[in-house]
Amino acid sequence: MKQYVIIGNGVAAAGCIEGIRSVDAEGRITVISAEKHPVYCRPLISYYLENKTDLQRMHYRGDSFYQDNHAEVIYGRTVSAIDKDAKQVTLDNGDTLSYDALCCCTGSSPFVPPMQGLETVQNKFNFMTIDDSLALEQAVTPESKVLIIGAGLIGLKCAEGLHSRVKQITVCDLAPRVLSSILDDKCAAMMQKHLEQNGISFILGTSAKEFSGNHVTMQNGTALDFDVLVLAVGVRANTALVKDAGGNVNRGIVVDDACRTSLADIYAAGDCTEYHDISSDTVKVMALMPNAYMQGHTAGVNMAGGEAVFDNAIPMNSIGFFGFHCHTAGAQPEGCEMYEESDENHIKRLFVKDDRLTGFMLLGHMHRTGIYTALIRNKTPLSSVDFDRLRIEPQLSALGSAYRDKVLKGAV
Amino acid sequence: MKRIYVKEEWCLGCHLCEYNCAFANSGMTDMVKALRGKTIYPRIQVEQDENGVTYAVSCRHCKDPICVKSCIAGALSKKDGVIEIDHSKCVGCLTCVLVCPYGAVVEDGSGVAQKCELCMKNTCGSPACVKGCPNGAIVYEDRGDAE
Amino acid sequence: MNFYPEFEVVRNDSRCIRCRVCERQCANEVHWYDEDGKIMLSDESKCVNCQRCVTLCPTRALKIVKSDCRLRENANYSDQTIKEIYRQAETGGVLLSSMGNPNPLPVYWDKILINASQVTNPPIDPLREPMETRVFLGKKPDHITRNEDGSLDTKLAPQLSLSMPVMFSAMSYGSISYNAHASLARAASALGIYYNTGEGGLHEDFYKYGKNTIVQVASGRFGVHKDYLEAGAAIEIKMGQGAKPGIGGHLPGTKAVGDVSKTRMIPEGSDAISPAPHHDIYSIEDLRQLVYSLKEATEYRLPVIVKVAAVHNIAAIASGIARSGADIIAIDGFRGGTGAAPTRIRDNVGIPIELALAAVDKRLRDEGIRNNVSIICGGSVRSAADVVKAIALGADACYIATAACLAMGCHLCRSCHTGKCNWGIATQRPDLVKRLNPDIGSQRLINLMDAWRHEIKELMGGMGINSIEALRGNRLMLRGVGLTEKELEILGISHAGE
Repeated sequence: MKQYVIIGNGVAAAGCIEGIRSVDAEGRITVISAEKHPVYCRPLISYYLENKTDLQRMHYRGDSFYQDNHAEVIYGRTVSAIDKDAKQVTLDNGDTLSYDALCCCTGSSPFVPPMQGLETVQNKFNFMTIDDSLALEQAVTPESKVLIIGAGLIGLKCAEGLHSRVKQITVCDLAPRVLSSILDDKCAAMMQKHLEQNGISFILGTSAKEFSGNHVTMQNGTALDFDVLVLAVGVRANTALVKDAGGNVNRGIVVDDACRTSLADIYAAGDCTEYHDISSDTVKVMALMPNAYMQGHTAGVNMAGGEAVFDNAIPMNSIGFFGFHCHTAGAQPEGCEMYEESDENHIKRLFVKDDRLTGFMLLGHMHRTGIYTALIRNKTPLSSVDFDRLRIEPQLSALGSAYRDKVLKGAV
Repeated sequence: MKRIYVKEEWCLGCHLCEYNCAFANSGMTDMVKALRGKTIYPRIQVEQDENGVTYAVSCRHCKDPICVKSCIAGALSKKDGVIEIDHSKCVGCLTCVLVCPYGAVVEDGSGVAQKCELCMKNTCGSPACVKGCPNGAIVYEDRGDAE
Repeated sequence: MNFYPEFEVVRNDSRCIRCRVCERQCANEVHWYDEDGKIMLSDESKCVNCQRCVTLCPTRALKIVKSDCRLRENANYSDQTIKEIYRQAETGGVLLSSMGNPNPLPVYWDKILINASQVTNPPIDPLREPMETRVFLGKKPDHITRNEDGSLDTKLAPQLSLSMPVMFSAMSYGSISYNAHASLARAASALGIYYNTGEGGLHEDFYKYGKNTIVQVASGRFGVHKDYLEAGAAIEIKMGQGAKPGIGGHLPGTKAVGDVSKTRMIPEGSDAISPAPHHDIYSIEDLRQLVYSLKEATEYRLPVIVKVAAVHNIAAIASGIARSGADIIAIDGFRGGTGAAPTRIRDNVGIPIELALAAVDKRLRDEGIRNNVSIICGGSVRSAADVVKAIALGADACYIATAACLAMGCHLCRSCHTGKCNWGIATQRPDLVKRLNPDIGSQRLINLMDAWRHEIKELMGGMGINSIEALRGNRLMLRGVGLTEKELEILGISHAGE
C-alpha cells in the first residue's frame, strides 16, 4: 500500500487527495495541516466578515470529506524537514512520516516589508487565514478606523469585508492604482471610483514612512490616525522545505506540467509553486485558487501512478466589490492590439496578438466571459472564429458550427 | 447519462425555454406572479448565429468540469454526472462564470451563480425547457458520455 | 378605403410578462415591444387570427376576438359582401381565398345518423374481437375465372392496400412546405396508407416513401417525368378540385423558390399556372388515352386514379371515367380545401360531396360497372363518423387534407395564399417552414389516424359489422334527419324513424 503525504491542507491539498483517489482507492493519505480547520478556501475569509458565509459553510468539502477519501489529517502540526533520501518528513514535534510520494502544498505567507515604528502598532493583523479573520472580527467595532496597507486583491477584499462593521476604511498602496497586478490605469480608476462611492478612502502612490502607535505618516506627508491596521502588502511562496531538501526553487517551487519538483517523488502544487503561464509564455508564481486545485489534482494523479498534466495555466481573476465585478485573464504582451468598448459603468478590453486572444479585462458586465477565457486557454486562432462578433459578445455562435455541433449535440 | 441537447434545425428562436427555465426555478406556482415585471435570469440561453440560426445553450454537464475545479467555495460539485451548485455556499465570486467555456454558468440577479441542474432540484420533474419547447428543438436524452 | 380590423388582439396586461414570444412568432408582424413604455403593442389590421401567438403565449395573456365594429346591419348586403365590393372597387382584382368554403351551406354528414345493433343482432366489441379496416382500391373482377387446369385465376388489376380507409389527399410541395410533405410522407408510411404529391412533383428526398405515395398528373404537368411516375404506388390524374372546379391550380411565383421550382421543373419565381382543362382531354376517349399512356409508361404496375370535382353531372361523368380504364375515381366535394382559389369559385361552384358520392355509387351500380373502379371521397371529411358515413354511402376510402393540416397545427385562418403561414405548413419561408418539425407533425398525423381507426372500429362494432368491406354501400346503416324527400332519395337513405 502506497504512503502519500501531503504537506498543507488548502485547496491544492484537497485537489491532491481527489487526484490520488481517482487512481488509487487503497493507498494511505496523510495530510499535515498547520491550521486547525478542515480545508477551506482562503478567499472566503473576507466573505466571512461580510456575513456572506460562516465557519460551517466555508468548508470546501462536505463534513465527511476526509473520511470518504480515507485521508488522515494531523491538525496543528507543521513539517520541519523533508529527508528526500530516507523519503520521510519530520514534524515540528519530532515525529516522522514515511512517504512513497509527497506533495508540498505549503501555500504562501504574508510578506511585510520593514516599516519604521511598525512594532509600536498594537492592533495589527494579517489577512490570510480564518484565524486572522476571526481575530480581526474581534478587534473591530462600529467606531473603528481601519487602515489597510495594500490595495491588491487581499487588501481590498478585506476592506469590503469590514465595510459594514467599521466607521472608516483607508487603503494605501505604493502603486498609483488599485489592483495594480491585474488592472491597468483606466480599469483601476473605474474600480477605485466604485470603491470610493462605497465609502472606501485611498492614499495611493505612496507608502508608510513611519508608524507611531495609532498614527501613521506617509512618505508624501499625509498623516492619518487609525485603530486597526491590516497588512496586506503581498505574499511570498513557502518554499523553504523543498529548498532545504535541495529542490529547485526560485520565487516559488519549480514544478513541471506534471507538478513534479526537481526531487524524486516530491510534487508541489498551489501558491507555493511557480509554473508556466501560457498566455505570456513566462514562468511565474500565480497563486490562484482554480490553478491550485488543478495542480493539486494533477499532482495527485501522478503520485498515484496515473498520468496527468496541467499544461494550460493562465492567470485569471474574478473579483468583485459591492456588487461591481471584474474579470481578468491572460496577459497583455508587448505589441498586442487592444479592442476596447466602454461606457461609464463598464469596460471591456481584449488583448490580441499573433492571431490569438492573449488576455482581457472586463469590468461591470460579467456574462459568459468563460468563452473568452477558453479562447486564451486553448490558444484558438482568431482567424478560425468570427472575432468581430465575439468581440461584441461572447457567444458560441461565433466559434463555428462544427464546434457548436460537437459541444451541443454530443457529450463533452 | 441523460443530458439536454439541442436540435438547431427546429429551434424557432422563440425564447420560451428561457422563460420556462426562469419560471421552473422561481419556486412559484404561477408564471405571471413569478416573472411579470422582472428581468429574468435563465439558465438556458438562446443564441443566434450570423445566418440567423438559433439554438439554446445550457450546461453540458461535462466530464471534466472546470467550474467545479475552480469554485472557491466548494459550492459546485458533480453528483452522478450532474453538476450542481449549493447556493448556500456560493459567495458570488463568479469565478465559475469566468471559466466555463460554454458560457453556461450565469449570475442569478442576486449576485450568486446559477446553472442548469436539469430541473432536478425544482418541482418540474424533468427539464422545463425541454417540456416547454413548442417544436422539439431541445431534447433530454442519453447520447453516451465523453471519452 | 380603411376598415376597422376584422380581429382584435386582446392582451391581458396583468398577465403579460413581456417575453415577446408573440412578437417573434408573428409573421404578419402584428405584435411589437415598445421599449419606452415597456409594453407590448399590436397592429391588429395585420392579424389573420391564426392563433399562433395565443397558442404560444406562456401565460395565456392573449386572445384574438372578432371585432364587433360592423357596417350597418343588412341581411342582404352583409358586412363581408360590402367590404369585398370596396376591395374590388379599389383593386379591380379577383378576390382570393384559401382552405374550404366557410359559408353556412348544408353539411349533409351532420344530417345523417348511424345505426347500432340492439338485442336481435349483437354489436361486436372491437377490443375483444378482430375487426378489419383494411381496404384495397382498384378494379375488381366481376366474376371468378379459372385456368385450364381448373385452378383459380388470381390475376388482379393493380391495387392499393390501405390499413384503414383514409388517405392524405393532394397538397403540392409548393403550396405546402417541405416539412409538411415530410410529415405526411412519414405518417403515411408508418400507417400503411398513402399521401398524394399534388401537382408539384416529388422532392428527391421523398422518393424513399414511394411505396406510400400517390403521384399526381395535372393540367400543368408540373414535375412530371418518368422517374416521378414510377416512384409512386399509384398515379392520379387531376381533372378538377372541389374548391375550384373548372379552373387549374395556381402557385404564386413567390412560393416557387429553391427546391420548389426544381421539383416543379419551372424557373424560380415564375407563377405556376395550370390550365383549366387538360389540353389533350376533351372527351372520355381522350381521358382514356391519358390513362393508358400512364399505364403504359409504368408497365401496368400502378393503378390510375382520376380525380374530379363534385359538379352537377357528376354521376354521368363518373360513369364515363369508370369506362375509361381508370382504376379509381376520386370525387372532391365543394367544401374541399385549397392553397389559393378565387373566392367566388370556391364559395359558389360545385356540389356537396355527400350527394355526389351517393349519386355516383348508385349510378355505377345501376350500370353494373361499380366493380370497374373504387371510389375515393374527399372534400371535408372531418371525423371518423364522416368516414363511416361516406363508406356506407358507397365510398371505398376517404381523402383528408384539411383535417391532416389541422393535425399538423393549422388553425384554419384561411390565409395560405399569403405564403406567411405561421404554422410552417402553407409557406416556403425558411424561418416559418422550420416551425413544423416533422417528428412532431408525423406523430400527430399518426395519432389522429390511430384515433380515427379506433373510432371507426367502435362504430362498425356497434352496427355489428366486423369488416369495413361489409359496410361499403350499406345505406341501411344510415338514416337522415331533417332532410327533404328529394335529399333522402339522392342519398338513398330513409328518414330517421322509418
